Amino acid sequence: MPQETLLKISNVDVFHGSFQALWDVSLAVKPGEIVALVGANGSGKSTLLDTISGLLHPAKGKIEFEGKDISAVEPFQVVELGITQVPEGRRIFPGMTVLDNLIIGSYNRRARSKREQNLKMVYELFPILKERKNQLAKTLSGGEQQMLALGRGLMSDPRLMLLDEMSLGLAPIVLNDLYKALREIRERGIAILFVEQNVRRSLEEADRAYIMEVGRVVLSGDVADLREEEEVKKAYFGV
Amino acid sequence: MEVLAGLSTPIMMGILLGGLYVLIALGLSLVFGVMKVINVAHGDWVILGSYFAYTAMTMLGIDPFLSLVIGIPLLFGIGFGVQRFLLNRAFAVSLDAALIVCFGISIIFQNFCQIIWTPFSRGLRPPYALESFTIGGLHVPLVYLLNFIAALAVMLLLREFLRRTYLGKAINAASQDRRAAQLMGINPARVYAFAFAIAMATAAIAGVLLGLTFPFTPTSGVSFLILAFGVVIIGGLGSMMGTFIGGMILGLAQTLGGYFLGAVAQMLIAYILVFVVLAVRPQGIFGR
Repeated sequence: MPQETLLKISNVDVFHGSFQALWDVSLAVKPGEIVALVGANGSGKSTLLDTISGLLHPAKGKIEFEGKDISAVEPFQVVELGITQVPEGRRIFPGMTVLDNLIIGSYNRRARSKREQNLKMVYELFPILKERKNQLAKTLSGGEQQMLALGRGLMSDPRLMLLDEMSLGLAPIVLNDLYKALREIRERGIAILFVEQNVRRSLEEADRAYIMEVGRVVLSGDVADLREEEEVKKAYFGV
Repeated sequence: MEVLAGLSTPIMMGILLGGLYVLIALGLSLVFGVMKVINVAHGDWVILGSYFAYTAMTMLGIDPFLSLVIGIPLLFGIGFGVQRFLLNRAFAVSLDAALIVCFGISIIFQNFCQIIWTPFSRGLRPPYALESFTIGGLHVPLVYLLNFIAALAVMLLLREFLRRTYLGKAINAASQDRRAAQLMGINPARVYAFAFAIAMATAAIAGVLLGLTFPFTPTSGVSFLILAFGVVIIGGLGSMMGTFIGGMILGLAQTLGGYFLGAVAQMLIAYILVFVVLAVRPQGIFGR
């Protein structure tokens, strides 16, 4: 199946100062795929997302996006290339209105001309954001703030969305809505690479998954196969 | 009634003088609001603006307000460069480093002004500097009215710029969450440079009005920096409207203090007010 690869990470080492956080990590995302990155706290999942976003740069290895080497590209340029990160803890701009948060999402030059079109899409996905567009972002509930963070990311007109710990502190019923939204986002041709601590849920929602332990990818594959892996069963499902 | 009639002059003068304080404080407030650094050189930038207008007037015969056509872009440009190539690098080390760089700039500017313009007191004295007119029995100096009008105009312009433009929103976003702003495609270093440059452009305007209102020397910046601190503490850092109201309050405290306690004590009330605000509402009246 020689499908074009959207994001290709090859043998990447990443350091936080003198501490090595990632060891020889390789990963790929194809267009329109939903890929899960699972593992315990501190296994390097968020570090990997930050490296793709350009907040950290690999000491060794290579990150390619649509065939272009982005290993040394700065965060604000990565966004313009078509990668958006919805960060852990949502990090919306609390003192700005919902609409201004969304507009800031379209800050990069490529997205500005598509602003109205993308705003329409975000409002279709999350009608509540339209209702609350003039409210300050900090007045939204946790679930609504996560919707705003997703919507803000979509405003950048991405082809790949990196999603860090979306479910943090949210009720299961809210999560169902959010995962439904993810599937709709994928149907619009946007690939999603998401980090999640809830392994069971991740393996239900993704097409493929990578399992990380202390800075390394230890297992990867289609979720159906992974669910059958003895190691995964033992480690994550307690079977 | 007689007391009220007597009060009307200090009240009016306080509000109009407050305009000058607002003009000086807006740039200080903007830089703190965005970069969380107190630009201790801000008063010196203002004085540099005064001297620039002074030179344009005495050497080329250009009206101080007209000289802003060059003065504003000049301070904007220097401000952009200082932030982009000096302060941003200091930020990478720590906020303290940026503060020390600001101190350094302050000393350099003061000495630069002493060398170029000597330590003698100067003033901007175009033909209309001492003009005044009368409204409803109140004697209004023209320059004081200009202070107020300029303050209102600059404050509203800044506020609308921050609210309506992409760059303004980006400045706002970067000040709330630098990391999240980066993830939105914002280059914080560039946005900070624009914010600082805009603040310094307002210093150029403040410099002209300061020079029209008061005599100045190369070291005058320090005392106006302290006044601007007071304005920003009362109004709340980072809020343009708060800075405006803060300036009015400080101006009023000064003129009413002078009216009731005599000229010697006129700043006493103003600084007591700053103390009270710090004790009761340290984030300022309009602070978040």
